[in-house]
Amino acid sequence: MAPDSGRPAPGGVILEVDGLTMRFGGLTAVSHVSFTAARGEITAVIGPNGAGKTTLFNCITGFYRPSSGAIRLHRPGGPPAELHGLPGYRIARAGVARTFQNIRLFPGMTALENLLVAQHNKLMAATGFGIGAVLGLSRYPRAEREAIGLARHWLSATNLLDRADDPAGALPYGAQRRLEIARAMCTEPALLCLDEPAAGLNPRESEELARLLLDIRGQGTSLLLIEHDMGVVMTISDRVVVLDHGKLIADGAPAAIRADQKVIAAYLGEGEEDEDLEVEA
Amino acid sequence: MSPAAAIRDAAIAAAVAFGLFAMLVGLRTEIGPQSNLILRQRWAAVAILCAIVFLGRLLITWWLGRRALRPTTAAGPWTARLQQAGRLFAPAMLALALLLPVLPGVGRYELDVGILVLTYVMLGWGLNIVVGLAGLLDLGYVAFYAIGAYSYAIFAQYFGLSFWICLPIAGILAAFWGVLLGFPVLRLRGDYLAIVTLAFGEIIRVVLLNWTELTGGPNGISGIPRPTFFGLPFNASGDPDSFAGFFGLEPSPSHRVIFLYYLIFALALLTNWVTLRLRRQPLGRAWEALREDEIACRALGINITTTKLTAFALGAMFGGFAGAFFATRQAFISPESFTFIESAIILAIVVLGGLGSQVGVAVAALVMIGGFEVFRGLDEWRMLVFGGAMVVIMVLRPRGLVGTRTPSIALGKRRAISGDLVGEGHG
Amino acid sequence: MAYALQQLINGISLGMIYGLIAVGYTMVYGIIGMINFAHGDIFMIGAFVSLITVLLLQAGGLMAGPAAILLVLLVSMAITALYGWSVERVAYRPLRGSFRLAPLISAIGISIVLQNYVQVSQGARPKPMETLIPGGIEVMRDGAFVVQFSYSQMLIIALTLGVLAVFTVLVTRTPLGRAMRACEQDRKMASLLGIDTDRTISLTFVIGAALAAVAGTMYLLRYGVIDFYIGFLAGVKAFTAAVLGGIGSLPGAVLGGLLIGLIETFWSAYFSVQYKDVAAFSILAITLIFLPTGLLGRQEVEKV
Repeated sequence: MAPDSGRPAPGGVILEVDGLTMRFGGLTAVSHVSFTAARGEITAVIGPNGAGKTTLFNCITGFYRPSSGAIRLHRPGGPPAELHGLPGYRIARAGVARTFQNIRLFPGMTALENLLVAQHNKLMAATGFGIGAVLGLSRYPRAEREAIGLARHWLSATNLLDRADDPAGALPYGAQRRLEIARAMCTEPALLCLDEPAAGLNPRESEELARLLLDIRGQGTSLLLIEHDMGVVMTISDRVVVLDHGKLIADGAPAAIRADQKVIAAYLGEGEEDEDLEVEA
Repeated sequence: MSPAAAIRDAAIAAAVAFGLFAMLVGLRTEIGPQSNLILRQRWAAVAILCAIVFLGRLLITWWLGRRALRPTTAAGPWTARLQQAGRLFAPAMLALALLLPVLPGVGRYELDVGILVLTYVMLGWGLNIVVGLAGLLDLGYVAFYAIGAYSYAIFAQYFGLSFWICLPIAGILAAFWGVLLGFPVLRLRGDYLAIVTLAFGEIIRVVLLNWTELTGGPNGISGIPRPTFFGLPFNASGDPDSFAGFFGLEPSPSHRVIFLYYLIFALALLTNWVTLRLRRQPLGRAWEALREDEIACRALGINITTTKLTAFALGAMFGGFAGAFFATRQAFISPESFTFIESAIILAIVVLGGLGSQVGVAVAALVMIGGFEVFRGLDEWRMLVFGGAMVVIMVLRPRGLVGTRTPSIALGKRRAISGDLVGEGHG
Repeated sequence: MAYALQQLINGISLGMIYGLIAVGYTMVYGIIGMINFAHGDIFMIGAFVSLITVLLLQAGGLMAGPAAILLVLLVSMAITALYGWSVERVAYRPLRGSFRLAPLISAIGISIVLQNYVQVSQGARPKPMETLIPGGIEVMRDGAFVVQFSYSQMLIIALTLGVLAVFTVLVTRTPLGRAMRACEQDRKMASLLGIDTDRTISLTFVIGAALAAVAGTMYLLRYGVIDFYIGFLAGVKAFTAAVLGGIGSLPGAVLGGLLIGLIETFWSAYFSVQYKDVAAFSILAITLIFLPTGLLGRQEVEKV
């Protein structure tokens, strides 16, 4: 199914991007990109600035409607979900969670509240869609206890348990990044999409982040990330997809990508990025 | 600022004041003997106004210092105290409201003011769901109040239904209109939503004004049935079928007023109870999340349209309840009671109280509406004072009386969240 | 046909008045992102100042000829601009950078204050004024129906176009206009680049109020009766016009004003006078459903 996947993935394919094209007026930001992400793996999308990474990402997570092509989320024991035809909030319900490059928390709500909002659909169903909850009926108290339990789990996984009752907007930058990941994980996604999760983090925080992402993979969630920080990408990714000028130029294991002439050429066009690559190489 | 500079500053202010007042205050247009317009001169009034501005400006710069009139969102000493005493303050107000009819010295007039204040408290709490929690700017809230009032009046008049059957009907109809309005407009953002809701309010009013067969047009509907005590009417007959007769009381006109008072009290408490309860439920949290960041909500799988619609419908429903109450209390309604200024006053109560704060809204309603009633003797001047008070309170406390947000849930202790962090919505 | 032509003339002259007020709304919205709810009442102040000036001139026996009308216009513009400036200084500037609803409530408060101030100082009764510019030219005759293009309508149209032309030059060609546009784009950056943003915003209010004063004078000349309450409805209509055209867009405000004026006039002429406001508001709502940022408004791009 995947055109050039080097090796068979252990759990099969989770995300399939097929001939995706996105045009804005006359500008083609992403052109005929096809790749797959394997279940239980970390797939990274890299590329120089303006390569179309964020556009690709917004198509997958439903913020843009692609001009053509298909995006499918494969689910075990069911037909794949056709993400390109779903409204944004349905994509999240299908099992794709995301974070944002410029953090989008609910700043006036506490960390815990942020994580409970993420479990909205599950909790709403337990309240009998609001009506039962007002009357104090239904299974809501138990559902809420469970939701708090899940929130607690991710708060401690992201090392934020002691900040649970602080407003999200008052947390330091690194903590906000982690909280956003925790919030996305509280939707219990099959696929977690991260938009530059290491941006603005110091080396120690980046390292912590890498550990957190490996931990998430270990718990059975597949990851797709856009990243500039080559250190993070090369150490944790199982598979790297490289975009340049809206086209896919390479797709393979990190080691292979590092040696790929096309990738090096693409990055050499840009001053900063190629240094990162050399450091890692 | 040196005294000389302060005086010069005040003199400039007085000169500006002269420019402002010379024509509009100094020269009054009046219909003359030949029914043409003539001007009457009133320079003393202009002089007094300029002197007031001069002295006022001088006092502000000199005496209080410039910093005294800076807007602040930080908790002032008394807000902090209010919050500390919050656990006591709210129950104390509640107890006072509960006991008001039996307190010594409270007569018919005081109860009427109490009923009026509680009506606005209820309206404020209803609108608070839409503006304070969900962050949707609604400038046409009075439309739902009007729909509730007219629903009650029409159902009671034409079908002879009792208040207790009409009340839910009024609420449901208002909610229905809320959804009907909300459905097409909720994808509008910010000020576009504001103008459409304002337009909706005006449309409803114009329709009520002109659909004479149903609404009586500008004459309104009069003789609306008064509420009964679960079937027992309030009258002076002393029959066993009347309230006084049934309970073996001396018939008294104050029975009905006291009943109305407790009725609106109960309705307001219902609004408060539902709001407080929903705030701790997923739906209420989703409203607040929507106010904070709509895009993030979408990424978390929250259906934005239905979430906004529930806020709209619920807010409208409580507006409708309040409207039905208004109709039964007044026994007469006309479109004049449902002008834009009502929407503006309700919105002002919500914002002055502090968006999302139940106690703040109640205090703001008490201060604004109660204060307004106290100055009844001032006639046309009191609207002037009312508007001025709105400006002054906003300038001094842009975040309202209670500018902080209380978390809906906590692992440890609930701590108030500073208003600077809390969003205000874009819808 | 003749009837329709007459409605067209009436609609355009009414639309011009709405357009002039709408420009004030849209300018203030563009530069500080607030709905200046008191703007309609500023228009009302302008109308009252004009009326008083006319009465003063009549008392002095000077109310004759175009020079007198020009004088009325200038006095009204000056005093109304002072009101615009004071309102901004007292009620809006302290709230700059504060949260969005505070200036809105403050503006509603100012609107209440201005209305009741005029009610207290000038009385609540409507003020009828004798017609200053009588007559007009006969454009067309269809049986008994005469299409009249009155001189006051001509004046409104000519003056509005003139004022808008001057205003357009002001916004596009002068340093002040540049400063205004810079503040509109990014106020913080503009102030870092040495633009006195407070002064620019003050001037925006001054210009907006002066335009409203022109509209107020025109209203007085055309309709001859004013009271303290005319500002509310005219303000709401003009705001509707600004939103219909796309708030923040100056040509949009004029276009929106014209459309609202025409819709109202034609609806009154062919359907029912009572429901003319409903027609105007409904068209606004329908337009916004399909074009959420108005006719000429910039489409907001959702950045993720």
